[in-house]
Amino acid sequence: MLKDFRQSILVSIWFVFLTFPLMVVRVNTTEQLVEWRWMNLVWVAIGSFILSYLWRYMMARQQAREKVADSGIEKQSKVQLLLEDMSFRYKAMAVLLVFALIFPLVFDTYQSTIMISALIYVVLGLGLNITVGLAGLLDLGYVAFFAVGAYAYALLNYHFGLGFWTVLPVGGILGCLFGVILGFPILRLRGDYLAIVTLGFGMIVKIVLENWDDFSFGPSGIANIDRPGLFGIDMNINGSTTYIYYIMVAMVIFTIFVTMRLRNSRIGRAWIALREDEIACVAMGIDMARTKLSAYALGAFWAGMVGVLFAAKTTFINPASFTFMESAIILSIVVLGGMGSILGVILGAFILILLPEYLRAFSEYRMLAFGAAMVLMMIFRPQGIISNIRQKYEYKGLKEETDNG
Amino acid sequence: MDYFLELFLSGLTRGSIYALIALGYTMVYGIIQLINFAHGEIYMIGAFVALIVAGVCTIYGFTGVSVLIIAGIVAVIYASAYGYTLEKIAYRPLRNAPRLSPLISAIGMSIFLQNYVLLAQTPDFLPFPHLIPEFEFMEPIADIVGSAELVIWVTTLVTMILLTLLIKKTKIGKAMRATQQDMSMARLVGINVDRIISLTFVIGSALAAIGGVLVASYIGQVNFYIGFLAGVKAFTAAVLGGIGSIPGAVLGGLVLGWTESFAAGYISSDYEDVFAFGLLVLILILRPAGILGKARKQKV
Repeated sequence: MLKDFRQSILVSIWFVFLTFPLMVVRVNTTEQLVEWRWMNLVWVAIGSFILSYLWRYMMARQQAREKVADSGIEKQSKVQLLLEDMSFRYKAMAVLLVFALIFPLVFDTYQSTIMISALIYVVLGLGLNITVGLAGLLDLGYVAFFAVGAYAYALLNYHFGLGFWTVLPVGGILGCLFGVILGFPILRLRGDYLAIVTLGFGMIVKIVLENWDDFSFGPSGIANIDRPGLFGIDMNINGSTTYIYYIMVAMVIFTIFVTMRLRNSRIGRAWIALREDEIACVAMGIDMARTKLSAYALGAFWAGMVGVLFAAKTTFINPASFTFMESAIILSIVVLGGMGSILGVILGAFILILLPEYLRAFSEYRMLAFGAAMVLMMIFRPQGIISNIRQKYEYKGLKEETDNG
Repeated sequence: MDYFLELFLSGLTRGSIYALIALGYTMVYGIIQLINFAHGEIYMIGAFVALIVAGVCTIYGFTGVSVLIIAGIVAVIYASAYGYTLEKIAYRPLRNAPRLSPLISAIGMSIFLQNYVLLAQTPDFLPFPHLIPEFEFMEPIADIVGSAELVIWVTTLVTMILLTLLIKKTKIGKAMRATQQDMSMARLVGINVDRIISLTFVIGSALAAIGGVLVASYIGQVNFYIGFLAGVKAFTAAVLGGIGSIPGAVLGGLVLGWTESFAAGYISSDYEDVFAFGLLVLILILRPAGILGKARKQKV
């Protein structure tokens, strides 16, 4: 007890020292004024004192759990068991579907707009989940593919007047193409180099969009992009928002379906094998180049497609929407939700996008919380909110035989 | 020719700064194979702390070089403290986790620290006082080489030499090299691996802070976001030179600085960063081990 207390006091003093210049002092160099904010000091002291207790508690729990895991007995939580129950899954899906369908009828357009952006992030998260979660290739420039899709629609619409439905697949395919272009030179790189190159790629795309005025209209962006049409019917803003909402719901369902099928397919298993151990995977005869490229291409496909929808929804795009922060948000959706887990990613997207939306008062702390959450998740719950359910195959034949013999 | 010289010198200055930050990356990567994404943020915090200390000092009547020295020392102390705490919180619990985990944790920490400074201080650019004095003996060539530039070059050179000596000649350096080669073996021969790793972070962060103070007083402004790009560029420099190698980091920094400077001067300054990243991709494809690095075979 006393030892814990003393340790927490020390931690508290250390953090007070650490945060002193940045939290307490604020210098106004032009007017030669120093502002001392002593109250912050107290908050830091109290906060770090409490957090250090929490940290110790979590660490102890973590170690206890590791011990259980070492002993080989796998314990599944109630939620996990519930999720594996197929009949419950179908019921839950039906309820969610009905809720999704009646949502715009119950709530107003503003809510629908928020929901659309949350759904956009769901698709982005599921797309990145293929690259990061399944194949284990950390991609920090994912937003570039999103930008490719958005600009594809904006430019094709501007120059050739092409409609939403024509460009939707084009955006996806362009995203794919860029995925392959990016993937090709970096096939030989290992995990962390890969992360930096993808980060660089994302930045290059943004810089090019900002500076190549003749092509992308520079930082001022492209305005007056057509909303998606429905057999030429004129719609007001409310109607069109509802329409986009339904398109988005359909797209999310489509994405979930395809990613689910992909995960259990031959190539999906190849991705997971690649993530677990590259060398062993190649030794088993899996074509590494093809597997990696397909992970990039298929991940980028969704970003390209949803980019088209993003452009159609906002009717205005400029390079500022495609910063590294967006990539970081999408990545944290995947990480927090649970890498590889489809349900987890969906939940992660809703939490990360809707929570700051409804807690406007704390919105400036949003990125702070994201960053902290990423660190804490990695330490205390690396599998995410909802961990990926592993497919198990039980061989029944052998058991019968031994019973008989 | 004058234009060429000008670009060459500005590339040298820029490259020296990249090199100072890259040294921290290279040291950390060499020992625990982790891209310390938050390293750029440590550099930014160093610059910010220096700004605050310098501001307080000037207001309370200090002048000249004494301000630079006080601000520099405090910045180095704080950056080291941040580096130490960072390692302890975000990386140490993940020492045995899959490779992706510490990397994501590092990205999270980078975002956290950026926003911490943003919220604790200000989102705006702050003017940074020109702390480096104009030397008298530089008078004749002052329009070609400024005193600030000279200080930056000399600091980088001295730091590199000191660091090389530390690693090659001292007992601590020997322990670091041992940890780098084989962590569990190092532990078996009685090296306190945890302490060595902490020390690596402390030294790397101190170097980043020196870079931060120098660059802030050279450019004249700081902002919570300066660390991110500088960090990525410095990492590029470290990879370019061959990660894990100290002369490599300096060489990589200089090559990157010149590439940017010449590309901006002769082609287009808008695409400066594109050239930097293009160079990175090119190097990684053609020579993944870097200019001075040794290719390491992956063994099962």
